[in-house]
Amino acid sequence: MNAVTYNFAYLDEQTKRMIRRAILKAIAIPGYQVPFAAREMPMPYGWGTGGVQVTAAVIGPKDVLKVIDQGTDDTTNAVSIRAFFRKVAGVATTTHTAEATVIQTRHRIPEHPLKEGQILVYQVPIPEPLRFLEPRETETRVMHGLEDYGLMHVKLYEDIAHHGRIATAYAYPVKIAGRYVMDPSPIPKFDNPKMTMSPALQLFGAGREKRIYAVPPYTDVKSLDFEDHPFEVQTFSEPCALCGARNVYLDEVVLDDRGGRMFVCSDTDNCESRRDETGAQS
Amino acid sequence: MLHDNSFMQASLDGGFGQPVFEAQESFRRLLDAMARPGSIHQVTADVMAPGLAGPAQAALALTLCDADTPVWCAAASPAHSAWLAFHTGAPLTAAPEQAAFAFIGVGDAVPDDLSLGTQDYPDRSATLVIEVQSFGEGERFRLIGPGIDGAGDLAVDGLPKSFVAFRAANSALFPRGVDVVLTAGRDIVALPRSTTFVHWEG
Repeated sequence: MNAVTYNFAYLDEQTKRMIRRAILKAIAIPGYQVPFAAREMPMPYGWGTGGVQVTAAVIGPKDVLKVIDQGTDDTTNAVSIRAFFRKVAGVATTTHTAEATVIQTRHRIPEHPLKEGQILVYQVPIPEPLRFLEPRETETRVMHGLEDYGLMHVKLYEDIAHHGRIATAYAYPVKIAGRYVMDPSPIPKFDNPKMTMSPALQLFGAGREKRIYAVPPYTDVKSLDFEDHPFEVQTFSEPCALCGARNVYLDEVVLDDRGGRMFVCSDTDNCESRRDETGAQS
Repeated sequence: MLHDNSFMQASLDGGFGQPVFEAQESFRRLLDAMARPGSIHQVTADVMAPGLAGPAQAALALTLCDADTPVWCAAASPAHSAWLAFHTGAPLTAAPEQAAFAFIGVGDAVPDDLSLGTQDYPDRSATLVIEVQSFGEGERFRLIGPGIDGAGDLAVDGLPKSFVAFRAANSALFPRGVDVVLTAGRDIVALPRSTTFVHWEG
């Protein structure tokens, strides 16, 4: 018996055209959220339906796909999305950042620097950076139209008033090319500096909220801050317990019920590559 | 029969041989072009449409146009309308302000009244596709903006006369504005509204 067959990359051609048009407008207006007619996908909202639709509209038979979930290639979300595209598009997949042409990500930017020609597709839960400050879509839309971002600065100021510093640690708001304030998706603010002037194209898909937005390559991405409270990223006192890397983002792993814990690379590909290299040297 | 055979044939020919893969391939060229304004990319598909200037314009129409996108064309004709209807389902409109995509050939004037989008929905604007003679020679321009590392250069032969003034007026409207794709045969160069495009004598 024949297996159920799908159109290449699962989506029908008219849906792909609609998404492709939205992506092109998103690139032309960096940081602006383009509404699109998101389809139901064979996975629940919150599992990256927006990112999957963007990837499906972009990917071709010659692409090599990498999927990461919080930096790792081998968690459920990453494994199932990779298997999905192997099945419906027959594309090659990899875990190595440097070998991938399309990288779909949930909440991290790989540590290995991205290069020209690569496309980074972010899964986005809440695309509107002003949503928790102003719940009405009609109002936030006008605020973006008028470039009225005072409320966001008030929010950051209140952080400083309450905590003595800007307490936002992830989904840290950024301003794109001096115009639109954008939610970089819930990446740790540690990753924000990787977004600016990146040689890679960055696309963002929010399936439930039906929005697509983009940061073209070589585009200024400014993390919002104040002169006397400049933007700064998390720092870690210890290196990765497995590969010894410094200046990378670390996950805390609880080892036992007596307070034992270790800090290891969030980016598993970067960690494994480093361990392979040191293994070869010794 | 309402139409003679050559008319029928012209509207049936010239589409993608493999619609799914050639549309994806053409889109990626356009995506690269739009992500890096001023860079020159080639469409590989062997496509041609009556009323459109070359393979690049035909490939763009096949890749992006459908029943949701009214098309305005400077060289509109019954054959062109029939080709679009058969291959894409897109309606041809006589009013530029209704068009999602506008196609003009070498020497045609830039149409007035193209949709600019609104301040709240700047994405609801037209994309203007202009055929030029060639890239690499002719007038020289300097490009600055998102997608360009520092500054870019572009030489174009055969731009519409009013194009530089049109671009300057368009830039002043940001985030509203028309996005432009220049085509020359198989070559495409994108100039999204975010790109500052000025004459360069250097």
